[in-house]
Amino acid sequence: MDSNQNSNNKIYFKSRSIVVPGDLIAEGNFQIPWSPYIYKLGNKYYSTVIGIVDPKDSTFEIIPLEGSHYYPRVGDTVIGLIEDVELYGWIVDIKAPYSAYLPALSLLGRPVNIGEDLRKYLDIGDYVIARVESFDRTINPVLTVKGKGLGRLNNGKIIDIMPVKVPRVIGKNKSMYELLTSETGCEMIVAQNGRIWANCPSKDMEEVLFLSIKTIERESHIKGLTDRIKELIERKKGELNVTNSKA
Amino acid sequence: MLQIQKPKLILDNGLRLDGRRPDELRPMKMEVGVLKNADGSAIVEVGNTKILAAVYGPREMHPRHLALPNRAVLRVRYHMTPFSTDERKNPAPSRREIELSKVIREALEAQILVEQFPRTSIDVFMEVLQADAGTRLASLMAASLAVVDAGIPVRDLIAAVAVGKADGVVVLDLNEPEDMWGEADMPVAMMPSIGQINLLQLNGNMTPEEFRQGMELAMKGINIIYNLEKETLKNKYAELKEE
Repeated sequence: MDSNQNSNNKIYFKSRSIVVPGDLIAEGNFQIPWSPYIYKLGNKYYSTVIGIVDPKDSTFEIIPLEGSHYYPRVGDTVIGLIEDVELYGWIVDIKAPYSAYLPALSLLGRPVNIGEDLRKYLDIGDYVIARVESFDRTINPVLTVKGKGLGRLNNGKIIDIMPVKVPRVIGKNKSMYELLTSETGCEMIVAQNGRIWANCPSKDMEEVLFLSIKTIERESHIKGLTDRIKELIERKKGELNVTNSKA
Repeated sequence: MLQIQKPKLILDNGLRLDGRRPDELRPMKMEVGVLKNADGSAIVEVGNTKILAAVYGPREMHPRHLALPNRAVLRVRYHMTPFSTDERKNPAPSRREIELSKVIREALEAQILVEQFPRTSIDVFMEVLQADAGTRLASLMAASLAVVDAGIPVRDLIAAVAVGKADGVVVLDLNEPEDMWGEADMPVAMMPSIGQINLLQLNGNMTPEEFRQGMELAMKGINIIYNLEKETLKNKYAELKEE
């Protein structure tokens, strides 16, 4: 039965080719997890977004190239921007279609005293690194800051990218992440919702890092990106050395 | 008042007023990602018709009580700029514009997978920069491309073209004089890959045989436009690849 099923399965696109909505990607009966990027009609599979096809063994996946909003998933690490202060918690913008709620209990570790002003701990405009604790289609996401490395961000800079490009900034086995941090000497946290926190040794290095990240976002669909980013950083660093020595 | 005489729509050599054959499309141009601030955007030119579309979302619905628990709400605005027509158009939304916004919204609702984003809204804005027949279909195509450019999951791209009857001949992709003086006007919008019709209207009189002939002609045009749309979307990435 299994072999019979597989013999009828056909994938019409080569690895890493760009597809647009309405492209017939495959025909047959695939065991694929539900994905918003695939539309199944009968035994035909169509793409629903502009993306890249990634065939895997007997199945396939579509990696989207566009998408400026983050769809929350329980367990994701996100960087949120405090939007509003309420009596028992904060409303946080996490670049999702839904605004998240961070209960004060999670940050303070104790219930809020009556009349206590929560602005002391987190105010509008502050960034916070948190984890999505619960979310489904019927309720807004609830965040938590319990855990290692979570909490308010006191230093460093934040850069926004498209959430769909986050995997590219991290790279296979963290290859891109390691390249960026080791070459520039910056500390970096890449959150799932497309916000990146960076703390750099110098202003120049910060600029190099942000330029590299923006390049990755723009050219995420091109092969051999890691090598080209390495070149880019080295060139920029070279330019910096030249100007520094002149001064 | 001076009465303008109906011109001859089909010339003696069988060609139309603008020199096209009855089954020929107007020249077309499309581009996506033209606006920086919108999540998705597109510009579509069909002959002299020129439409700019922008999409925001899915984002939180305001006011909250209008949100739907099971799907995203589409808010669509079709608007003609005052300078888009021969004589200045009042910028206030007219009865016609409100109707076209509704017609386009319903066509888009069939395309976008709205069930994936409950309690949110998707806002679509279309600005007619220049009007010369076929603005509802050009707007619909611009909106559909902008939605895809925003990364919102859709069933398929929408391709659309109008067919009609001019001096008794079934013609493809009407222009302004044919729209004004012709006997019938039938806009058709489709999602060709999955074979579904998003929009079908008919203004005027057509016999069943002419209707069938018109639909065939429309499908032919739609397939050409559909391929152009796909190419447009892929081009955004192809250009970067060559660099």
